[in-house]
Amino acid sequence: MPELPAHNHAPFALSIAGVTKRFGPLVANDAISLDLRRGEILALLGENGAGKTTLMSVLFGHYLADEGAIFVADGEGSLAPLPPGSPKAALAAGIGMVHQHFTLADNLSVLDNITLGTESLWQFWKNDRTAMARLKELQRTSGLHVDLDARVGRLSVGERQRVEILKALYRGARILILDEPTAVLTPQESDALFATLKRLTATGLSVIFISHKLNEVLAVADRVAVLRGGRKVAEIDAKSANRALLAETMVGTAVQPSVRRAHEPGATIIELKDVRAPDPRGRQALESASFAIRAGEILGIAGVAGNGQSALAALVCGLVAPTEGSVSIQGETVSRFSPRDLMQSGIGRIPEDRHHDGVVGTMKLWENLALEDIRSSECQQAGLLRRGALKDRARAAIKTFDVRGGGPETEARLLSGGNMQKVILARVLDREPRVILANQPTRGLDVGAVSFVHQRLLDARAKGAAILLMSEDLDELLALSDRVGVMYRGTLSTIRPAGEMTVRRLGLLMAGQNADLGDAA
Amino acid sequence: MSELFDMLTAAAFWAAAIRIATPLIFGTLGELICERAGVLNLGIEGIFTAGAMSGWMTVYFGGDLWLGVLVAALVGAGFGLLHAILTVPLGLSQHVTGLGITLLATSASYFTYRIAFPNVSSPPRIEPFQPISIPGLSDIPFIGPALFQQTPLTYFAVLLVVMVAYVMARTPLGLAIRASGENPAAVDAQGLSVYGLRIGAVMAGSALMAIGGAFLTLSAFNAFFFEMIAGRGWICIALVVFASWMPGKALLGALLFGAFDALQVRLQQTVGGAIPYQIFLMLPYLLSILALVMMSRRAAYPNALMIPFIKGQRS
Amino acid sequence: MIRLEPRQEYSWLMAVAAPVVAAVVALALAAIPLLVAGAPLGKSYAAMFGGALGSQFALAETLTRTTPLILTGLAVAVAFRARLWNIGAEGQLYAGALAAVVLGSGAIDAPSWILVPTLLLAGATAGALLMAIPTALKLRFSVDEVVTSLLLNFVVLLFVSMMLEGPLKDPMSLGWPQSESIVDAGTLPALIARTRVHAGLIIALAMAVIMQVIMSRTVWGFEIRAVGSNPSAARFAGMSTTTVMLRVGLVSGALAGLAGVGEVAGLKGYLTHDLSPGFGYSGIVVAMLAGLHPLGVVASAFFVAAVFVGADSMSRAVGVPSYIANLTVAVALLAVLVGGVLTRYRIRLQKPGARIV
Repeated sequence: MPELPAHNHAPFALSIAGVTKRFGPLVANDAISLDLRRGEILALLGENGAGKTTLMSVLFGHYLADEGAIFVADGEGSLAPLPPGSPKAALAAGIGMVHQHFTLADNLSVLDNITLGTESLWQFWKNDRTAMARLKELQRTSGLHVDLDARVGRLSVGERQRVEILKALYRGARILILDEPTAVLTPQESDALFATLKRLTATGLSVIFISHKLNEVLAVADRVAVLRGGRKVAEIDAKSANRALLAETMVGTAVQPSVRRAHEPGATIIELKDVRAPDPRGRQALESASFAIRAGEILGIAGVAGNGQSALAALVCGLVAPTEGSVSIQGETVSRFSPRDLMQSGIGRIPEDRHHDGVVGTMKLWENLALEDIRSSECQQAGLLRRGALKDRARAAIKTFDVRGGGPETEARLLSGGNMQKVILARVLDREPRVILANQPTRGLDVGAVSFVHQRLLDARAKGAAILLMSEDLDELLALSDRVGVMYRGTLSTIRPAGEMTVRRLGLLMAGQNADLGDAA
Repeated sequence: MSELFDMLTAAAFWAAAIRIATPLIFGTLGELICERAGVLNLGIEGIFTAGAMSGWMTVYFGGDLWLGVLVAALVGAGFGLLHAILTVPLGLSQHVTGLGITLLATSASYFTYRIAFPNVSSPPRIEPFQPISIPGLSDIPFIGPALFQQTPLTYFAVLLVVMVAYVMARTPLGLAIRASGENPAAVDAQGLSVYGLRIGAVMAGSALMAIGGAFLTLSAFNAFFFEMIAGRGWICIALVVFASWMPGKALLGALLFGAFDALQVRLQQTVGGAIPYQIFLMLPYLLSILALVMMSRRAAYPNALMIPFIKGQRS
Repeated sequence: MIRLEPRQEYSWLMAVAAPVVAAVVALALAAIPLLVAGAPLGKSYAAMFGGALGSQFALAETLTRTTPLILTGLAVAVAFRARLWNIGAEGQLYAGALAAVVLGSGAIDAPSWILVPTLLLAGATAGALLMAIPTALKLRFSVDEVVTSLLLNFVVLLFVSMMLEGPLKDPMSLGWPQSESIVDAGTLPALIARTRVHAGLIIALAMAVIMQVIMSRTVWGFEIRAVGSNPSAARFAGMSTTTVMLRVGLVSGALAGLAGVGEVAGLKGYLTHDLSPGFGYSGIVVAMLAGLHPLGVVASAFFVAAVFVGADSMSRAVGVPSYIANLTVAVALLAVLVGGVLTRYRIRLQKPGARIV
């Protein structure tokens, strides 16, 4: 392991000493020790499930550690123990946390969200004017610009993140924890965030940056701590690190990327022509989309959340009908849009949110596997369920798709995310659909489950399915897709071969700029 | 037609409307506070009953009228605490728990009343609150007799509307309560206690509901009857939706409702011979349903209403 | 994962144990109001048990009370399973009873084997149509069905009272508002001689079995369970949540309507506006105690009926207001809710662990 750099002699801002956190038999954090210096950006790198979020939840007082202690520097710089299990104490000690899922109230203004909890509850009025003045000043020094009177619900994702950071700074945070902050940003927005962070650390703020993306860790961090299986396995100076080293440390073994074999795609299976459609909430969100996917081809769609992808996905799922344009599958125009109609015309759908749309948590696996075709003669006879046949089918699917953590009689809610996704894959792919919609198919999964999902999608491609892939993970998108397009303000860009695309160019298109002009970037 | 006009322009009519509206103002404000914090309180009907009974009984056994109001408020807060413990930290279904609270509070009230008065043929009576004329203001023609010759609890109800509106909009506490009903995770992340806020709001709201009940036995009537609440609690729930969770609109809704009810009573007297009186009695309930139908599509429910908050878990 | 197995066994045991424990707790807590009332505990409990179960007559009274409670309990259970909050079983019961007396008190002259099914069907239809209103308002205008179904209870009761004082009034009843009696051919036969137990009990039990089969063995039940526990996943999987909800609303209302037919055609013979002492509201307790399982409803309806019948005799024996029954039943409801959360609580303790995987 490389030695720690000698150049950093700034005083400690935070010291985590031997923190262990167990959940039943599972050890989520195993005697982790970590120091953070003043003005430093420390990246916490690790896969899903490596224990990053748990560690930060312990630090912020959401969880109580089973062993170990945390020390935080006070105003004068001397370390004092942090009372465990109290977000209030963490906030008072100058720790600010920006969660991956923002903790903002949509119907309140930016100002209200920021001042919430900063004044005594028994005060007779809110000092909004003073707060406003302080925030304006903060915005000037930090460069975090956002309209303070706007309702949070109207802000873009990037703006909301700025509100979160402002919230922490307004409370006088000296240590800022960012949990996967770039997951929802375009590459360009991420760059802007990094610039802000550098600016803030120059004034003495310390930052812990949680991520599983190697490139950005290398770009922004001074030092990288790598977690694996709940343990700290390495602490590396960012200057002496490289991608390969970090990847291997993070995963433990050399990563084998899924291989997409080149082959000639077949006939056109699904075609959309000038389609306009509302999203499931009824707002016109998809302005114009045209594409065709051929057999054995994967079309990847990128885009910042809220640019019409959800409407496109809902359309292909049968949840909304187009207001203009046409959809045809194997040459036949789809005239009726309902989930059942589209499934019957040969579409298999992997939903974006598996908990919300994918499974019924309180129903058993055999029932969840039958959710989509419960009215078929395979599943019922005269309205009576063929329970024996369904359980046999479930047993086979569980085996084929390597679902672990339960049998046909297990309730779906008890499965881990990866295994839940396997159940959904089993339900969708077992019927060998001609068209597959895979919407964020690997979100939140660990590396093992990710490669399983990738392999299954590539297998389906090899067998001649036409696949529409939507993913926030641009690396995944480029690795799997034959061709890619970008959604921006409801319009799907010209579709190009994936080989001609880079993450950077996708990022520009996602931000609404012309990628050809931006090649220099 | 002119008869109707005369009716609507009589000060006595509006005085009656305000009287009828008073318990609804208390109940609607109470429910509004609970729901703003994210907790539906279907215990309201039972808490009304408990407030009516306990306030009345306090006075009957020698207590001051205001002591009766205070006892009712405490009893209401007690049932609110029970509802809050079950629905907030334990995260139980707010629907079912609320109905359970209504069943419990109603039967406990009836039981207690029957123990105190095992065999009474006609309900015992107390000396209720008397109208107070506000000097000067009550002499204004029309407005004076309509608005300023009410009983103290009515003035208190209107004052409460202003107070609740102010607290909700202008104070850190009101902001924290609203935020608990919009996104409890945001409250928690700012170091405030979601449980504390929600439990406190439900207790305060329930106390108001109980005062609404006490108004019926200490001001509007002078005795306690079984079934006297007659769905007023449920009507308040409809009024909260009608009011879009705004105290000012809640006052307006309650007044409209009161006016309608007063009109209904007067119509019963004038055209009652031709139409069965039950038709008139149905109208308030049907009107509530109608108000819900008109408002529900547009209703901007608090985002986290009925969603329990469990620490460390994403909603 | 290892952490799942003990919990599953544990919660299965608890699922059966929770309502039983809740019932016992509620009965035990009844001691508090008894003490407040100054009643001797031993004698009171003895009178309660004796009055509910102690003799053939007592048991028959309890079974008579069980009959409508099974039906309203089923009505609530099936609706709650789909998360359709039907709190209007009380009104639907009256609607069913009203339909039965309209058709059964002389309007139709037919033999028993035609008239009885006709009355049952009419009552079920009336209940179903009444529940269709809140269901449709929920589906069409997203109006909360709790409030609408509750408010309709008051409307229906007023309507019944209007009918009883108007067109349906029995001219022989002097001043008392009650309907004419159901004709003999429309009456449900008694099951046990010299008791009030009537064939409605058989109908209620049959309904429980039918509902159990529907919920666990049929596509309909499958869809109801899916829509109830995750409507968006059900919709995504191609189910029509609107159709399922409407179906559930109709079935639920029909069951409560049948309860009303049973009360007038099996027990009272005629309709008054105090036909039901809150069977509709007690149905909520029955359904929750049963964990929303149709067969469980039979057991919990029997328990709730026993509490009411027992409390009546206790009231006579020791002079405690019979409202103690309502109190006990309300406590049982809250206790079973807490019991239910205790079974889930173990799961929640482990949930943070599940999240990080």
